[in-house]
Amino acid sequence: MSQPEALSRGDESPDTASAVSPQTQIVSQHIVEIVSDSGEGAQTAGQMFGTVSAKMGNGVWTVEIIPAEIEPPHRSRSGASGNRIRIGREAVTNMGDAADVVVAFNEQVLYSRIDVNALKPGTTLFIESKWADDPDEAVREQYAEALADFRERGYQIHEVPMEQECLRIVPDPRRGKNMWVLGLLCAIYERDVSHVHAEIEQKFKRKGQKIIDANVALVDAGYAWARENIPLRIRVPVSPTAEPQVVMNGNRAAALGIMAAGIEVCSMYPITPATSVSHYLAAAFHKSGGMIHQAEDEISAIGFALGASYAGKTPVTVTSGPGFALKTEFIALAVMAELPIVIIVVQRGGPSTGLPTRVEQGELLAALFASPGDVPKIVMAPSTIEECFHFTVTARKLAETFRGPVIVLTDANLATGQAPFSRPEVQEDWLAPPIDQSEWDPTVAPYQWDPATGLSQRPIPGQRNGMYVLTGLAHDERSKVAYESEINQRAMKMRSRKLHTLFRTLKPPKVYGDPEGDLLVVGWGSTRGAIEEAVDRVRQDGGKVSALHLRILSPLEPGLDEIFKRFKNIMTVEINYSDDEDDPYTVPETRRYAQLAWVLRARTLAPVDCWSRVPGIPLPPGQIEAELRRRLGL
Amino acid sequence: MYGLKKDWDLEPRVRQFVLADYQSNVPRWCPGCGDSAVLSALQRLARDEQLPPEKTVVVSGIGCSSRLPHYMKTYGFHGLHGRPLPVACGVRSRRPDLHVFVVTGDGDNCAIGTAHWIHAIRYNMKMTVLLFDNNIYSLTKMQTSPTTKRGDFSYTHPMGAPLNPLDPLSVTLAITNASFVAQTIDWNPMHVEATIRAAHAHPGLSFIRILQRCPHYNPMVWQPLQQDPSLIRLLVHPDGIPADDTVRKIFKNQLEHDPADLSAAKDIAAATDAVPVGLLHRNVNAERYDFATAQGLTMETDERVQAIQAEIDRFLV
Repeated sequence: MSQPEALSRGDESPDTASAVSPQTQIVSQHIVEIVSDSGEGAQTAGQMFGTVSAKMGNGVWTVEIIPAEIEPPHRSRSGASGNRIRIGREAVTNMGDAADVVVAFNEQVLYSRIDVNALKPGTTLFIESKWADDPDEAVREQYAEALADFRERGYQIHEVPMEQECLRIVPDPRRGKNMWVLGLLCAIYERDVSHVHAEIEQKFKRKGQKIIDANVALVDAGYAWARENIPLRIRVPVSPTAEPQVVMNGNRAAALGIMAAGIEVCSMYPITPATSVSHYLAAAFHKSGGMIHQAEDEISAIGFALGASYAGKTPVTVTSGPGFALKTEFIALAVMAELPIVIIVVQRGGPSTGLPTRVEQGELLAALFASPGDVPKIVMAPSTIEECFHFTVTARKLAETFRGPVIVLTDANLATGQAPFSRPEVQEDWLAPPIDQSEWDPTVAPYQWDPATGLSQRPIPGQRNGMYVLTGLAHDERSKVAYESEINQRAMKMRSRKLHTLFRTLKPPKVYGDPEGDLLVVGWGSTRGAIEEAVDRVRQDGGKVSALHLRILSPLEPGLDEIFKRFKNIMTVEINYSDDEDDPYTVPETRRYAQLAWVLRARTLAPVDCWSRVPGIPLPPGQIEAELRRRLGL
Repeated sequence: MYGLKKDWDLEPRVRQFVLADYQSNVPRWCPGCGDSAVLSALQRLARDEQLPPEKTVVVSGIGCSSRLPHYMKTYGFHGLHGRPLPVACGVRSRRPDLHVFVVTGDGDNCAIGTAHWIHAIRYNMKMTVLLFDNNIYSLTKMQTSPTTKRGDFSYTHPMGAPLNPLDPLSVTLAITNASFVAQTIDWNPMHVEATIRAAHAHPGLSFIRILQRCPHYNPMVWQPLQQDPSLIRLLVHPDGIPADDTVRKIFKNQLEHDPADLSAAKDIAAATDAVPVGLLHRNVNAERYDFATAQGLTMETDERVQAIQAEIDRFLV
């Protein structure tokens, strides 16, 4: 077959085989989805398409489409599995709105996407055509009805004999259709297939050359078929980047951050969607001298971690909502006894078991306040996949400097989304230093709080003359159990003071857009890209709206009063529950706000409003945009 | 204890620890509390073994006995109710150089912390676990514990405990990878000390259930055993807990039991006609998780950095 011409990296005007044909669209960004039954490999194909696009120099953001069950029934709406890939000329920061191109392995899984408004009139649809000839009459009917419906909805439909074409190469097309489709997309999007070949080799190298060859053949066949039969070409130009890029999802970024922080102990219990951090570490951690402990439960996981911390190794534990709740008592101990630990919470939908695989920003208040008594602690929230890496490195240092837990709140959106970012250059001083085993000055108490900062040095077992008994009971500077009123008051004050000390080192957050206007949208965590894109669109139409994204939630970043003063209205946009103000059954006096809004109202006394939703999927920029326009009367 | 020890040397030791080096605050247990005898035995063991106080960590949960770390002049971790074992495993995970002791009670270990008990036994990381079993919750003033005898009064069961007690020995022996299971009595300090000594020497997790008297809330529970030593079955064997003549003279009901015989150990634990005292089971070859958790400890910083760089490179586009 003919090899495609490569769009080399940074090359915006390829003038060879992929010259502009009448059907070539040149666009600044495009959204493509691949959906299949669970087990048909649409996720793998989507991830590879994302990686290959990043390799070619495009901005990329991918979102996993995950069924709730491991083996849902075939051809069911609930079983849709796949990937959304948004590619752009510039960096892509969020999943965007409706898809431009969708490849569906059957019509039923496509309906699950239609249900969440993932398609729009005009979306180009590539659908497996074999259902038209299915031996089961019911299936044939379903397919025919769906196709008529899709036409009515205004999709550009291409029926594609995926299975029939795959059968020329492999005996079981259920294992290989995804690669054939990947080839098809590569032809349409003018991707360099040699990148795909390299990806396949990497992914399947353990399975042997035969498997690699079969997959390469499938990709090439899909590519050739599309070149022959599909006239459509979509070109998303690339912007060259000077720095080398890596591409990964947020959980892998966090896992690599754990390694780059010099953390040696990860103690965890499996929980969706946090577990893949551990999966990655389990395979890689030993290379940098770390160990992963899968404990018998969430409580034990953090207990083990705090034991390691007490013995001098700042650990990490990785969890999600329900597990985070179970860890509450130990987190309070870490605050009380001042034990450094990094706690990564990959937020999912709650309450209770909630939406295990889906995104929510529901743990902010729990991170800040859940505990018996007052628990001053540091809470951070990465807003990009890149920050999932760097914040983890920073969190370890903060935990040790401020001698306590640091909670890093990510979410299912960051955890499973993939995006390229500048390759981090690991510095030796990112890593934890070796345990101090020098002799301890016996005149220094184990909690000799500096009155100005609340900071103190901790003795590590092995240090002579440093012996002390850590306790979760109220204690004095010498860690002696103390019930005296004044000692308790002072100890609480010292632990709180540490947050003031950190606060004094923080810089005010930067406003995105004008520093003044009609509306300021405040966000935190993974919503950043979508909020800023929405703000951009509204500003283009003259809306005086700006955005502010907070990445340290405890202590809150400085300068908020000053920033808020310059806007007529302030609102948060969050993925958690709040009562809508205009709900006729909501009583204004008891309206329940989104989580950051609660915190900002309490902190600034400003009348901060909110708009939040719990759709279980990331907020599309278009939905935020619509709300902003409504608020601004545009 | 008197005269020359086997390892005596003409040269003075750089550091010679005496009992006072392990003694901290005056214990605030009730007069007559069995905990004091165990504390003394632990301090004597530390002195005899010359454990550097800074290399010794005593981890406890919550309860009367869990106050023990405060009375040791070593490192200590007085943590949460039921959770000393996860903490101790974490301490051990990257610190093979430390001597780790765990102090727990029948409420701490056999009720709220049961999950950790089972899994810590299975992990078999080197540490000595002392279960102080007085069959009652004392710190919280007399509630039923899982080991409270059926029919005994408590404030949570004023009509008498409704169920038969859980047997910590049978449970522990049934756990996969249990490698050292012993029972002793707080009113015989010689046997307590000999048991802790054997436990500390064991390469793995040693579990000792100590029948411990609570003079305040459960004073009668071990009285029959104290008054009639024949109700105690002393386990004797060359591989068992050394029992000297004074011990053998008191406990005439003796059974030759090879601690390698796990099946016999289970029968002994389950027997209702006498209470076993001694070593029920030992397996020095049981798998140890602390060998796995210590992997990579010696890696140098530049090696680590190189490895991380290489790992990041796998994601280059």
